[in-house]
Amino acid sequence: MTRRFPESGAATAEPALEPLLFELAREGRGNGHVPSAETPAAVPERFRRKATLRLPELAEQQVVRHFMHLAQLNYAVDTGFYPLGSCTMKYNPKINDRIASLPGFADLHPLQPDADAQGALRLIWELERLLAGITGMPEVSLQPAAGAHAEFTAILMFKAYHASRGEAAKRRRVIVPDSAHGTNPSSAAMCGFDVTTVPSDARGNVDLAALEATLGDDVVGMMLTNPNTLGLFEERLEEVIAAVHRVGGLMYGDGANMNALLGIARPGDLGFDVIHLNLHKTFSTPHGAGGPGAGPVLANEKLAPFLPVPRVVRDAGGAFHLTEDRPRSVGRVRAFHGNYGVLVRAYSYIRNLGEDGLRACGEDAILAANYLLALLRPAFDVAYDRPCMHEFVLSAAAQKKAGASALDVSKALIDEGFHPPTVYFPLIVSEALMIEPTETEPKETLDAFAAALRRIAERVKTDPASVHDTPRTAPLRRLDEVGAARRPRLRWRAGS
Amino acid sequence: MLAAVGIRSVDDLLVAIPERARRPRLGVPAGLSELELHQELSRIASQDRPAGSGPFFLGAGVYRRYIPAAVPVLATRGEFLTAYTPYQPEVSQGTLQAIWEYQSLVAELLGFDVSNASMYDGSTALAEAALLAVRATGRHRVVVAHDVHPHARAVLRAYAHGPDLEIVEVADTVALTENATGAACLITQNPSFFGTIVDLRAVAEAAHAAGALAVASVEPVSCALLEPPGACGIDVGVGDGQPLGIPMTFGGPYVGMMAATSALVRQMPGRIVGATSDEDGTRGFVNTLQTREQHIRREKATSNICTNEAVYAIHAAIYLALMGPRGLASVAARSVEQAHRAAERLAALPGCAVTNDGPFFFEFTLRTPLGATALRDALLRDSITAGYPLGHDFPDRADEILVCCTELTTDDDIARLATSIASEMSRAGAPAPARRPAPRSKAVPA
Repeated sequence: MTRRFPESGAATAEPALEPLLFELAREGRGNGHVPSAETPAAVPERFRRKATLRLPELAEQQVVRHFMHLAQLNYAVDTGFYPLGSCTMKYNPKINDRIASLPGFADLHPLQPDADAQGALRLIWELERLLAGITGMPEVSLQPAAGAHAEFTAILMFKAYHASRGEAAKRRRVIVPDSAHGTNPSSAAMCGFDVTTVPSDARGNVDLAALEATLGDDVVGMMLTNPNTLGLFEERLEEVIAAVHRVGGLMYGDGANMNALLGIARPGDLGFDVIHLNLHKTFSTPHGAGGPGAGPVLANEKLAPFLPVPRVVRDAGGAFHLTEDRPRSVGRVRAFHGNYGVLVRAYSYIRNLGEDGLRACGEDAILAANYLLALLRPAFDVAYDRPCMHEFVLSAAAQKKAGASALDVSKALIDEGFHPPTVYFPLIVSEALMIEPTETEPKETLDAFAAALRRIAERVKTDPASVHDTPRTAPLRRLDEVGAARRPRLRWRAGS
Repeated sequence: MLAAVGIRSVDDLLVAIPERARRPRLGVPAGLSELELHQELSRIASQDRPAGSGPFFLGAGVYRRYIPAAVPVLATRGEFLTAYTPYQPEVSQGTLQAIWEYQSLVAELLGFDVSNASMYDGSTALAEAALLAVRATGRHRVVVAHDVHPHARAVLRAYAHGPDLEIVEVADTVALTENATGAACLITQNPSFFGTIVDLRAVAEAAHAAGALAVASVEPVSCALLEPPGACGIDVGVGDGQPLGIPMTFGGPYVGMMAATSALVRQMPGRIVGATSDEDGTRGFVNTLQTREQHIRREKATSNICTNEAVYAIHAAIYLALMGPRGLASVAARSVEQAHRAAERLAALPGCAVTNDGPFFFEFTLRTPLGATALRDALLRDSITAGYPLGHDFPDRADEILVCCTELTTDDDIARLATSIASEMSRAGAPAPARRPAPRSKAVPA
C-alpha cells in the first residue's frame, strides 16, 4: 500500500503512506504565527549560526493535514481494545485532560514563589496523602518521571540507607526474579550493583528455597513486582519479605501491576520498604504514545528520610511550602516538581472515583482477566494455571509447533481489529502472550476479543501459513526490523 | 461472568492474598461527578497566579512562549495521546513517523548527526549524557561549570551516586577548560544559566585535547540564531524542549532532547526510531538499535529508560513545522531584542547594573540595591513577576535577579517593570552605589 493520503500530492523518495514534513515543504511557505524580526546587533557575529537552518517550510493547512494523517495511522485506547499486558491500557477520562489545562496549572512556572502556587502545592500535598492511603506507605515523593526513573531512585535510596549504617562497601547485590521487567536489573546496575537472578517455582512464585540459598549480608535488597509479571499474586510473599529482611536487605515493590490491588491490598501492609506507582497505568493518565508517565516513590518510615527533595510541607497556618531541608535525602532526580501535569490528571482520577470506585477498579480488573482467561483456556496453553489477578500469560507453544508463532498470532489479531497483547514477555514463558484487559472494557468487547483469538487458534490448525501472512489490513505489512538496525536511517537528509 | 469463571464472588480469586491484608480502608473521600470534580479542581487551580496575569520576567530554564493554536489541537489527538510505546509498528506508524521527524528536526536544529526519541526532561538528559561519556571514555570524572542550571547539576550529583562518579563543579567556562585532564566529559550550557553566550568551541577544544567528550545543554530556540553545539565540535547536545510549544505546567511534563555525533550512537540511551520498509517495499518506521536497551540487555543496557516523552516530542515537532526556520529565528530575535531593551532600561536605574560577564541572549542578571527576593516579592504586589532571585542557588549573589524576556514580552511590560523597581527603591531609601565594576557586556551602556 502506498499513497494512503494521496491529496497531499508530494513526491516521496520511495513508496510511502504519508510524505515526510521535509518532502511536503516548499521554500517560502508558512510563517505568520509570530511577527518577523531580524537578528539584533546584540548577538555577536562570531557566535551566530553559520549553517543554514534546514527546517521545513509549510503552510499551516499542510501541517494540520500531515499530523491528522499520522494520527489516523495509529491504534490507540481511544480507537479500540488495547490489551497490552503489564501496561494497563485503561480508558483515560477526558475531564482529567481538561483539568490539567486550567490556567492555574498549565500556565504556572515551576519557579514562581510558593505564595503564587498555593493551589499547585496543595494538589501535590493532597495527592501524596491519597497515594499514601491507597498503598499504606506513609511518605511520598512525586518527582520521578516514570516507573524506571522511580526504580533507579529507590535503589539510590537503598544505597544511601546502607551507607548511613556503614554497610555501603559490603552490600553489593540486588536480587531480581527471573520474571522481572528488564528495567529492574538495569536500574540496579545503574546504581553500581551486581544483579542476582532467582528462578520462579512451578506455581509461578519466587522459588523460596533458591532465594534463601542466595541471601547473605552482601545483599542490598530485592526488587519484586507483585502481582508478578505472570499476573499472579506471590503466594509466599510474607516469607519472601521476611527472608530478605532477615539478612538486613530491603524490599522494593515495583508498582507496575498495582491496578490489581486497588482497594484489594496495600503494599505497605504486606511489608515492603519502598514501592513505586505508575500513574499512567493505575491512575489512568494517558500513556502519550510512550510518555510522559509519572513514577511516584513511596517509602515506609525507615526509608522516608532518603526520599528525593524538595518535599512539600504544610505550616501551622495551613500554607504550603517547598523544603529541601532533608539532610539524608538522595537529592534531586529531576528538575522542578516532576511531571506535574500527569500528577494533576491522577489526582483528578482518584477524586472522581473515590474509595468505592477505586476498589471497584481492582475487583473489575481481576474479574475481567479471569473471565477472559476462562474463555481462552480451551484454545491456548496457560503457563501457570491458577486464579490470576489483573492479567494472565498464555503460551502459543502449541501453535508454534503447528506453524504459527506468538508473533504470528499477535499480528493476526491486528486483522481482527484488536491491538495485540504483549508478546515474548515474561521471558520464562515460551511464546508468551500477556493479556491485560483492564476494568474499563465491557463484557461484549472481552467476548469479541476471545472469539477472535479462538478463530485464529482454529486457523493455525488448518492453515498456519495464512496466520503467518498477517497483518493484511493494517496500514503496513510487517516491517524489516533487521534491515533498520543494519543500515540505520535515523534522520532526514536533503537528497536522501 | 462469575459463572464462566466458576466462582461465587471476586473474593474467591483473592485467596493468595494474606487474609489480614484484604480489602483495606484507603481513606479516600467519596467520588465526585464530573461537574463537581471540575468545580473542586477549578477552586484549587484558582489559588495559583497564572503567568499570564501580569508582566512576567521569570525564565531560568522554563520559558513562557507563544504556542500556536494548532499545536495542542494536533498533539493531543486521542490517537497520539492514548497509544503506548510503538511495540507493534504496523499499527503505530503515526507515532513512529512523528518521532522520526522529531529526531530529524532536533538533529538539524542542534547540528548533530543523530537524535534519540527523547528523554524525560533536560536535566535527566544532561545526567544521562554524563553517563554516556563515562561509558565511552572509561573515565569516572565529570567536570561541570556553575553556569549549568542548578537543578540539572543537582540531578547530575544524584545520578553520580549510582556508579560512584566524581563530580567536579567549577566556577565558569574558563575554569571548565582548565580542568579537563582525566575527565570523561566537560559539561557546559549555552546560553548559560545567567543568559550569557558561551564559547562552545573553546569547551570542545579543551575537552578533545584531554581525550574527554564535550557536552552542552542548549535552549532550542536560541539555536536558530546561535551556532549550534554540533557545529562547535560538541559531542553530545542536550536540552529541554519545553520552549518548543509545550506549556509550563509547573515544571512538566516536558521533553529531554539528546543528540550526538554518529560515532556515539550505539552508546546513546533511550529509544531511537529508524526508517525501513515493509514486505511490499513501502517506507515505514520502527524502534531500532534496540540491543542498547534494557528489555534486551537487562543489566548491561546503556540506561534503564524504557519510555520517552513521545507526546511532547510530537508537540515539539509540530511547533517546529509550524514555525519553520524564519518563524523560529523571529521568536529568538524578538526575545533577544526585548531582553536588551529591558536591560538598557533597568541598568539606567540608579544603583542597578547588568552583571553578565559577556554578551547575553534573552536573559540577563540584574544587581539592584535591594535584596533580590525582597524585590521580587514587592513587585508581585503590582502583579509583576520580576525574575528568579539568584540567592537560593548562589548565596553570594543574593542582590541579583535573573530577568528573562521572550517574544511575549511587550514594551509596556518592560516599562512597568522599570517603574516598579524604581518606585520600590525610592520607597526603600536612597540607592547604594554599585559595589562591583561596570559590566563587561557590550550591549549595555556603561
